[in-house]
Amino acid sequence: MNLEGLEMIGVLIVIVLFVKLLEQFGLIEAGLEDTVEDEMEMATVRHRPEALELLEAQSKFTKKELQILYRGFKNECPSGVVNEETFKEIYSQFFPQGDSTTYAHFLFNAFDTDHNGSVSFEDFVMGLSILLRGTVQEKLNWAFNLYDINKDGYITKEEMLDIMKAIYDMMGKCTYPVLKEDAPRQHVETFFQKMDKNKDGVVTIDEFIESCQKDENIMRSMQLFENVI
Amino acid sequence: MAAGVAAWLPFARAAAIGWMPVANCPMPLAPTEKNKRQDELIILNVSGRRFQTWRTTLERYPDTLLGSTEKEFFFNEDTKEYFFDRDPEVFRCILNFYRTGKLHYPRYECISAYDEELAFYGILPEIIGDCCYEEYKDRKRENAERLMDDNDSENNQEGSMPSLSFRQTMWRAFENPHTSTLALVFYYVTGFFIAVSVITNVVETVPCGTVPGNKELPCGERYAVAFFCLDTACVMIFTVEYLLRLFAAPSRYRFIRSVMSIIDVVAIMPYYIGLVMTNNEDVSGAFVTLRVFRVFRIFKFSRHSQGLRILGYTLKSCASELGFLLFSLTMAIIIFATVMFYAEKGSSASKFTSIPASFWYTIVTMTTLGYGDMVPKTIAGKIFGSICSLSGVLVIALPVPVIVSNFSRIYHQNQRADKRRAQKKARLARIRVAKTGSSNAYLHSKRNGLLNEALELTGSTEEEQHMTKGTSLIESQHHHLLHCLEKTTVSTNTIPPPRPGLCAWHGLPMDKVPTECSEVALGQAHPVPGVCQRGWF
Repeated sequence: MNLEGLEMIGVLIVIVLFVKLLEQFGLIEAGLEDTVEDEMEMATVRHRPEALELLEAQSKFTKKELQILYRGFKNECPSGVVNEETFKEIYSQFFPQGDSTTYAHFLFNAFDTDHNGSVSFEDFVMGLSILLRGTVQEKLNWAFNLYDINKDGYITKEEMLDIMKAIYDMMGKCTYPVLKEDAPRQHVETFFQKMDKNKDGVVTIDEFIESCQKDENIMRSMQLFENVI
Repeated sequence: MAAGVAAWLPFARAAAIGWMPVANCPMPLAPTEKNKRQDELIILNVSGRRFQTWRTTLERYPDTLLGSTEKEFFFNEDTKEYFFDRDPEVFRCILNFYRTGKLHYPRYECISAYDEELAFYGILPEIIGDCCYEEYKDRKRENAERLMDDNDSENNQEGSMPSLSFRQTMWRAFENPHTSTLALVFYYVTGFFIAVSVITNVVETVPCGTVPGNKELPCGERYAVAFFCLDTACVMIFTVEYLLRLFAAPSRYRFIRSVMSIIDVVAIMPYYIGLVMTNNEDVSGAFVTLRVFRVFRIFKFSRHSQGLRILGYTLKSCASELGFLLFSLTMAIIIFATVMFYAEKGSSASKFTSIPASFWYTIVTMTTLGYGDMVPKTIAGKIFGSICSLSGVLVIALPVPVIVSNFSRIYHQNQRADKRRAQKKARLARIRVAKTGSSNAYLHSKRNGLLNEALELTGSTEEEQHMTKGTSLIESQHHHLLHCLEKTTVSTNTIPPPRPGLCAWHGLPMDKVPTECSEVALGQAHPVPGVCQRGWF
């Protein structure tokens, strides 16, 4: 049977429509199997924190302070854990003029001590306990941990540059005077000049703590947020 | 900054320690909280339902009633709670707004009641969350349309408007035939003549009888004179009507531009043009064309029929859907016509001589008419022809429900408008009765006051009590106020008598008043104890 061009096309179209019809009736299974995966995602993660007394013993907050903290925490994250997206969203609401996602990412990693991708209330409380009620040593330790992105014990210039860029991004473009493009890099240079004692290009924890303790401004500003809660 | 996130501000401030080692210059001092109050629970008593929340929750929105010091006005010292004499159901939504930062609109709530509550608590409706905003806007638009309808009908039925010029009376008579009998007569006469004219046009073309020569003559040519007279009469009536409307119109320019007047003009123009160019062979073809326009007289019926107007309005409001329908049909027609032409090109003696010629086939097939004058003969043609007819059904069926729902909505709106007008009439009547009742109550109380003065002189106390026990405190204060106004403006001391023949309290004529009104015979108003007349204007 010699079919001409158009006739062939016509027959092809009919066959395609027929196949689609069969698919609709479910007689032919076509397409990828991704229905099962969707169902798995429906079950959301829920997390209940440890008992109030336990948290009170572990952190330096009183019961009332923990209550206030938890109420605010649970209000914003009903499932009991903060994932990075929510964290970034919450943090960006405080800095509307710039882009705070990078810094929020670093902050998230600093709070997420067990590196499981989510910050539970315990992580949150422990972090805040250090920041608000800890000794200067502990605070500096925490800051070092924040800057050390790959947690290898050394702050390299690249890591510091990332952090600096993130902080400058948060400021946004509406600064006076307008910040120059290489301001972060210059800032990093100043920082390394101050902190890197043996000029080996990296800052260790001891160098860091020593240099900070020598600087009066830094010491004073560490006490700034004592009475936040 | 969202209110819920304010709870995380301590966290953000604590995290700022991460900047400290990096900073080059000293930090500014932190603000100190002078009187750091511990967070306390507030009790809000709304019509007996007690709601409790933290004080800081309410203070998240300081520019609302509950968030500012304005709520102190509602503080009840005895019970140490804030009492609001408002709807507790709506208050639930309002309080949830403070708690979650999102304002929701409950579907079962009346839109104007909800708006009032929002205004009371100082909350702008614009912050309603996305989930409920559409519903809120829809209901609000519906309500506004309804109120606009009411206002329109109110303006149309202002009772007796004195001092209307002759022109304005005529215009009102034209627009609203029920205002006077003359208007009604005019309305029916024009309707009759429109019908006559249309029937004449139709009957003109019917063949009636033959003429020697074996030719069938249409009635129009056989009884040419009669038809001409009828036509003349109709056109004269229409012309007179048009000129009268033009004279009476409040804005002539706008009237000329309106659709109805254009239809009027188009309906009567052919006759005059026909008069002007008599039996000129060149233009007789055009003259015949003009007679087609006489059929537009049928549109004049839309002034007489509500349904026709609704149909026209529906089509106008569905213009976008109709446009979409037309566009998609055109696209499909062109595609299928092209395909059919090339498919049928091979077959011999094919009727599909060109693509435009195939348009006819495509249209007839897509609308499932299927005249059968053009039929594909090749296999490919038949396949594509069947696909064409199936898709035609779909393409036409899709926009139709939108048009139907529009028509239904407009039609029901009209029905509702009629019902509301009837209800409004009853309500106005009741209000009128109440007004006369209260004004008569005032007069009665005034006379009571004077009688009391007289009674005091004579010292008779029983009748005094009998007279005064009927009026409540609000009423007596209101009457006192009216009395003061009178004393300010009028210098006379006389009591005007109550409306003769009418019992003041019931507003009924004397013979219909119930018999226990013993003072009816005296022509005086009588008190009905315990009834507070709703006399607040």
